[in-house]
Amino acid sequence: MIENIKLILKSVRQYKKPALITPLFMVGEAGMECAMPFIMGMFVDGIKVITTPNDFFASGPNGIPVFYLALILLGMAIVSLLCGIYGGKFASIASVGLAANLRSDLYKKLTSFSFENIDRFSASSLVTRMTTDINNVQMAFQMMIRIVVRAPLMLIFSAVMTFVGGGLMGFIFIGLIPIVSFGLFLIIKHAMAVFTKVFKRYDKLNESIQENVSGIRVVKSYVREDFEKDKFNNASDSITTEFVKGEKIVALNNPLLNTAIHVSNLLIIGLGSYIIYTTGTYTKWVDSETGKEVGDFIGGQLTIGQMSALITYGIQILMSLMMISMIMVMITLSIESIKRIAEVLKEEPTIENPENPIFEVANGDVDFNNVNFKYKKNSERNALNNINIHIKSGQFVGILGSTGSGKTSVINLISRLYDVTEGEVLVADHNVKEYDLETLRNNVAVVLQKNVLFSGTIESNLKWGNLNATEDEMWKACRIAQAEEIVRAKPELLQSRVEQGGANFSGGQKQRLCIARAILKNPKIMILDDSTSAVDTKTDRLIRKGLKEDLPNMTKIVIAQRISSIEDADQIIIMDNGQINAIGTHEELLKSNKIYQEVYYTQNRVGGDK
Amino acid sequence: MPPVRIRERGRAKKGTMKRLLKQLFKLYPWHLVLVLVCLVFNVFGNISSSIFVSLTTNALVASGEMTYAGTPVNPFVDTYDVVSTFGFTMHTNITSLLIILGCIYFVGIFASWGWNRTMAIVTQSFMNDFRKRMFDHMQDLPIKYFDTHAHGSIMSLYTNDIDTIRQFISQALPSLIQTGLVSIFVFFIMLSTSVWMTLVIVVGFFIMMGVVKGVGGKSSKYFIKQQAALGKVEGDIEESIQGLKVIKVFTHEEKSCEEFDKLNDELRHYATNANIHGNIMMPVMGNIGNFLYILCGIMGALIFAFGWKNLSLSGYAPITNLDQFAGMIALFLMMSRMFANNVNQFSQQLIFIVMGMAGASRCLDLMDEKPETDDGYVYLCNVKYNEDGTFEETEEHTRDYAWKHQHKNGELEYKPLKGDIVLDQVDFSYDGNRLVLEDVSIYAHPGQKIAFVGATGAGKTTITNLINRFYDIADGKIRYDGININKIKKADLRKSLGIVLQDVNLFTGTVMDNIRYGRLDATDEECIKAAKIANAHDFITRLPEGYNTMLSGDGANLSQGQRQLLSIARAAVADAPVMILDEATSSIDTRTEKLVQQGTDQLMEGRTVFVIAHRLSTVQNSNAIMVLDHGHIIERGTHDDLIAQKGVYYNLYTGAFELE
Repeated sequence: MIENIKLILKSVRQYKKPALITPLFMVGEAGMECAMPFIMGMFVDGIKVITTPNDFFASGPNGIPVFYLALILLGMAIVSLLCGIYGGKFASIASVGLAANLRSDLYKKLTSFSFENIDRFSASSLVTRMTTDINNVQMAFQMMIRIVVRAPLMLIFSAVMTFVGGGLMGFIFIGLIPIVSFGLFLIIKHAMAVFTKVFKRYDKLNESIQENVSGIRVVKSYVREDFEKDKFNNASDSITTEFVKGEKIVALNNPLLNTAIHVSNLLIIGLGSYIIYTTGTYTKWVDSETGKEVGDFIGGQLTIGQMSALITYGIQILMSLMMISMIMVMITLSIESIKRIAEVLKEEPTIENPENPIFEVANGDVDFNNVNFKYKKNSERNALNNINIHIKSGQFVGILGSTGSGKTSVINLISRLYDVTEGEVLVADHNVKEYDLETLRNNVAVVLQKNVLFSGTIESNLKWGNLNATEDEMWKACRIAQAEEIVRAKPELLQSRVEQGGANFSGGQKQRLCIARAILKNPKIMILDDSTSAVDTKTDRLIRKGLKEDLPNMTKIVIAQRISSIEDADQIIIMDNGQINAIGTHEELLKSNKIYQEVYYTQNRVGGDK
Repeated sequence: MPPVRIRERGRAKKGTMKRLLKQLFKLYPWHLVLVLVCLVFNVFGNISSSIFVSLTTNALVASGEMTYAGTPVNPFVDTYDVVSTFGFTMHTNITSLLIILGCIYFVGIFASWGWNRTMAIVTQSFMNDFRKRMFDHMQDLPIKYFDTHAHGSIMSLYTNDIDTIRQFISQALPSLIQTGLVSIFVFFIMLSTSVWMTLVIVVGFFIMMGVVKGVGGKSSKYFIKQQAALGKVEGDIEESIQGLKVIKVFTHEEKSCEEFDKLNDELRHYATNANIHGNIMMPVMGNIGNFLYILCGIMGALIFAFGWKNLSLSGYAPITNLDQFAGMIALFLMMSRMFANNVNQFSQQLIFIVMGMAGASRCLDLMDEKPETDDGYVYLCNVKYNEDGTFEETEEHTRDYAWKHQHKNGELEYKPLKGDIVLDQVDFSYDGNRLVLEDVSIYAHPGQKIAFVGATGAGKTTITNLINRFYDIADGKIRYDGININKIKKADLRKSLGIVLQDVNLFTGTVMDNIRYGRLDATDEECIKAAKIANAHDFITRLPEGYNTMLSGDGANLSQGQRQLLSIARAAVADAPVMILDEATSSIDTRTEKLVQQGTDQLMEGRTVFVIAHRLSTVQNSNAIMVLDHGHIIERGTHDDLIAQKGVYYNLYTGAFELE
């Protein structure tokens, strides 16, 4: 845990200064807060003996004129105000800054992840880590630097003052502090135990609401409204029971503090009066400064003034205890968040650049030699078994197979999105592990199954392929990918807006734009992973024709569901259950391969005239 | 689909507070009265503390005075007259004062525990009730509500908004009452000391309120900007994480980081400012309190120094007993601090009130939405056929159904369900203006397979939405076995239609639970049989725990194709007499799809099926294929008819057109 906290605090960086200054200001504020009751006592004593306007400036019972005391108090209030304002300001700068740095660090870390790393975290949990969790850390950190110094300081200062001003009376607090601390500790411990459990269930409850909202059509189609209501009511009821249990424990907090303050008050007044009465003698004398007759117990171990001050300090001691317990809660609450953030920060990217990498990909040759692959080291089954493929530069290769047969797994190995478990994958006769990652991926363009456009403009999306692409190049790429008409149909052409996730384009449009984006990379190898599934057969054919004619030297590897998409390939690889079932041309496979025949006849079963 | 409304982050509607408090009082009147009583005792206990401290001091001094004057008095044992700061005289001693104070404290502590505990119970019970009512109401809302509200916004009601209400009730509300009570007590004591000094406090109070408004206003201005910036950052995070693999493939890491940092920095700027304004509220308010303290002290001293007449509740007169007045000033000053602290504490709660009201307003909006109405009086029931061809109603799950028509005179009329569905010149519009369907007529005879083909937005899914009455038609008639569907109880209508949608929604639970969702009383064997029909049995048995594998997060660990197979299995177990397959096999490869089709064809033998599909191979063997374009049926016929027509379908089939 300490290790996690340290890791997170590393992100404070340029905000170290405000983070360190904040406690100083808080010390200033706390100092004023502790000293003020003292001066205020003197101020009140001074006021009591004022009879004429001149008395404002005469040295009163404490030797300091009331007027000056008022000025000192004013000064202290101003110092306290400034310390409070600046402390608040620097605390904000530091804590918000830390949160911003953490977000940025997490983001950078995410982009350094390999596909294997990415698979380990669910998308929604990553979003939570970058939002809610970081927010928790921000709040806890702010609390820390504002109060972690201030509260103990106030505690110590007030405790010392009770001894200085109250002598043996200070022992009242020495006795009370551990009792109250223990009480607070018990409350927190028990409450936290309940809450950490119930919060998890609360999250589950919210998940089930989410399921109901997005699945409302299913709920209503199956007329399961009442079923869902019952399920929800039960879950909500049982959570409420738990919550109430926890809140009842928390409800002891205030009474505990009240009890402590009240008990200390009673002891101070009772014992104090007794000490004053038994050890002091009441005398009356004429004050030399004011000429007024005053009476008080003197010569004892305690005076009435000291006794009043003790009450104030007592309240301050208990308040600081309360604050400390509050920080403890905050920190405990954020520990889970810290753990979750640190988990991402600590995750080592499984694929990294080799030392002395190759910075050039000579051609588009691809070779798989006896490749075995599994997604997780400890999984029993290989996702790919004994794969041997040899592709020459410029070839058009089709891959066919049913869902889960390993098509995508094969092509992911070429651009080193995953590393092989056994065997080797060569590109241009070099093991892919020898290449500079960026070089390799720039030369092996993959259009993924899940096509994503990013919010921005069409141009900004196309430029992902090549930052320096000219307008002509972009249009050319669009032409090859049959996306030209899509762009032409938009009034603002390349500058047209793309919404989040490309929501304002249809599936087929997105696919074509994604292909254009990949073409702009001018890669040696292009891989289309079921990337034309939403495109009609005619356009599909035109895209393939464009790729063949305009980029003849580029190796093209196409995963497809439709036979028509790959029937004119130089070689077609049939995948089945993680293995290569057959490799051949359309004619060969149609003659000899059962799977291929089956698929072919399914797709062309009622004649048509094609 | 109608346009989707994104959540408005506006202020609360007027009357929200009143409505919320009314609901609260209606549910827990006695609890709240108890809270109020306890609060009164709690506050009284805290305030009497300072009065008794001054009383004890007075008693101590009085005993000293008397001893000094020659009549020795033990302040702990003997009783004697003690003049209080307020001028009244008590015949008592320190011991009895301490006992009284102890009793007051005891009651105070007990009261404090009482209201804290009661409030905890009230808050949680109310939140439970509120949440349940909201969910209850939401389940009864028409599909239109879900189509027109972003799902994230609806979720936000249950997470963020409900939490703001909780904070309002559990923290801000008691604090509001407490501040009110303390103010009343303190104000009364202050007035009975000196009106002049009280005036200083009143002026100070208004200054404090001004600060709250000023600083608070600026704070909320930045807060709104911070929320907007946060929205952008969260949007970017979501987009980047969804597209992380694309970022990797395009080696776009650095550029993405740069763009993110830009947004992140904007958020940092606004968040820092919003936070600063929140943070300085406390020291500013606290020190205004200190200034007030000094001013009141000086005011008191001035009354002394110039011998001004003092105005208080006990009258307008010059100060006669200086010592007593000095005591009163000390007490007053203590009270002024207490008052200022209270206002300060309350100002910290203001944001919760504002946020709570905004949250409550949005939640109440949901509860004000009109639920789905249902005037149907024709019910669906299972029937058992006798050997002579007559049938009778039965509770058990037979594969035969009938419509039960409850006539006004109490007579029951049964009509066998055949699955004859007729759309007669149907018009429909989502928004009341633009017609999405126009003059659509469809005749689905029992046992027929009817397919819909057309571009996105042509109205295919809309037709199915009308048949199960997710939406109601604008004009025309829809008849189910000759009965106008408006007369059929909605729940029964929907039970008679098995629907499989393209987007699969699964629920947290085991695979078995998810299949059984189709029919809650289905046995394990029936579920497994359904899974086999859907061709899902194979992959399910390969899951780590087979049918008992837990699914969570909408079945995130399954592929889209597998999820579609489960969804079909769910419909198969429901075994509804009419089935609607809306792009149900879009993510399943053609080989598997063929197997699934064989299964469902067998299941639906003699029953009516509607199919919507992108892939034309899916619909080829339909009895009739409807080609839809912009809400009109432009072609209809069998596959062979349509190919022979050489129209739109022919072009689609030969790949000349693209379905968008």
